[in-house]
Amino acid sequence: MLTNGGSSQNGVVYDVKGLNLWYGNDQALKDINLKIEENEVTAIIGPSGCGKSTFIKTLNRMVDNIPIVRTSGKIFYHGVNIFDKTVKLEELRTTVGMVFQKPNPFPKSIFENVVYGPKIHGIRNKKQLMEIAEESLKSAALWDEVKDRLHDNAYGLSGGQQQRLCIARSLAIQPDVLLMDEPTSALDPIATNRIEELIDELKNNYTIAIVTHSMQQAARISDKTAFFLMGELIEFSDTKKIFTTPEDKRTEDYITGRFG
Amino acid sequence: MAYQSKLKSDEINNELNDVEHGKTFLNKEITNERMEKRILLDKVARKVFSLSTVFALIVLGILFYRIGTQSIGWLDLKFLTSNLSIFPEKAGIYGAIIGSVWLMAVVIPVTLLLGVSTAIYLEEYANQGKFQSFIKTNISNLAGVPSVIFGLLGLTVFRRLFDLGSSILAGGLTLSLLVLPIIVVASQEAIRAVPGFLRDGAYAMGATKWTTIRTVVLPASLPGILTGCILAISRAIGETAPLVVLGIPTLILRIPDSIMSDFTALPIQIYYWTLDTVLTPQYANLAAATIVVLLVVLLLMNSVAIFIRIKFQRRY
Repeated sequence: MLTNGGSSQNGVVYDVKGLNLWYGNDQALKDINLKIEENEVTAIIGPSGCGKSTFIKTLNRMVDNIPIVRTSGKIFYHGVNIFDKTVKLEELRTTVGMVFQKPNPFPKSIFENVVYGPKIHGIRNKKQLMEIAEESLKSAALWDEVKDRLHDNAYGLSGGQQQRLCIARSLAIQPDVLLMDEPTSALDPIATNRIEELIDELKNNYTIAIVTHSMQQAARISDKTAFFLMGELIEFSDTKKIFTTPEDKRTEDYITGRFG
Repeated sequence: MAYQSKLKSDEINNELNDVEHGKTFLNKEITNERMEKRILLDKVARKVFSLSTVFALIVLGILFYRIGTQSIGWLDLKFLTSNLSIFPEKAGIYGAIIGSVWLMAVVIPVTLLLGVSTAIYLEEYANQGKFQSFIKTNISNLAGVPSVIFGLLGLTVFRRLFDLGSSILAGGLTLSLLVLPIIVVASQEAIRAVPGFLRDGAYAMGATKWTTIRTVVLPASLPGILTGCILAISRAIGETAPLVVLGIPTLILRIPDSIMSDFTALPIQIYYWTLDTVLTPQYANLAAATIVVLLVVLLLMNSVAIFIRIKFQRRY
């Protein structure tokens, strides 16, 4: 239902309309309007506490897990409002994958981590699972490093490898969108570089939204950039434009390092 | 470049010096005087704490010595394999061992199922409202309720209301009630210790709550749950009071063969033999020998718990 929404505009994956979000009485997102387009990398930048992580977690409704959260407004995913009662959370999250700030592999083997998604969604065939694991690990540029120790514990991998494993795990259920919440903030520059290269490759097949602390990263990897401040979307346009000729004074101040 | 960084480190050094040469707020002579006292106090504290430990160890030592000397000559294979008898030389604890095993066969499945399910509900499903926190607090309180009270509960509910008599089922269910709070609390703690980011990982893959619990939360918390269970069960195996209140017969010559049989158990045997020492002094030796058996069983179970904890300890 979610993937084949007929009424979607061409190329628009997410259409966020008038999104507000409260933690209890604190409003964390104020009237957000933005479109995320197919096969593009959309970066979300802004100082700590500006609501950028909250925003990305609304896109697959991970915020629902926090009891005190209330939302208003609409998020259309391929034309379907994801807050609609008929939308199944589980279905949404199989089409929209997520990679977290801290690498969070399960305390299982590398193989078991990658095939976790396919397994819980009912694939039992060993051969098929192996194929999925190989393909996902190759897409996440991790296959060559782990192919000889697929059954070792995932915690034996380095931080960067663990994060790529988490990406492989998300890819294994063949999502259309990949949400990344500061995926490199816990990694060293070399590992960060590898993930960035990976994102650049992945965008051919996936639509990616990435929250990042690093403006250089946003500038390097994204097509569009959204600048959040105090829960408001200040500016959203082509990355090139944001970093060269921003329209809003506050965007300019932030990207030139005058605050934040 | 190097010159610049040298300049910078000089600056930092200067700053540090400024602090050091600032106002003195510690008079070294006075503090030294006070320090003497503190060092003395430290030595005294060390002695006091070590003596406390030694005291407990001495008492334990005396207990072991008494039991050891009293059971020598009485504890042999024949003691383990013969049935009860009014003649001390012939008496054994075979029936009591089988009774205890039967009891555990009731307690283990009942407490595991009910206890872990309750813990899962309270930690994962229940809203974290006032009512839930009221329930949680009271489960912890239940863990501290004296076991005699649970015996009375068993007497009222299982023996009188359900008419289960003094059967293994009645005894087992009573002991289950007694240790249930311990298992619930231990399982709750184990489940709570599973980091949220692991759950998020599963939820983000489209897993339902139950799938997340089954595939991520339970495997990760299993060592903690098992440790708690074994400790709870070893408490159940050594409990006397609830069974006495339930009215377990003093002398059972038949070996229990079904869940509805009358039975005796190891701690009950110790209790009755100790009571009757006035009549037959040798019963004291029988009781001591049974204590040794019970202690060995408890030690074994605790070692298994420690083994599981170490073996399956996970780092995230």
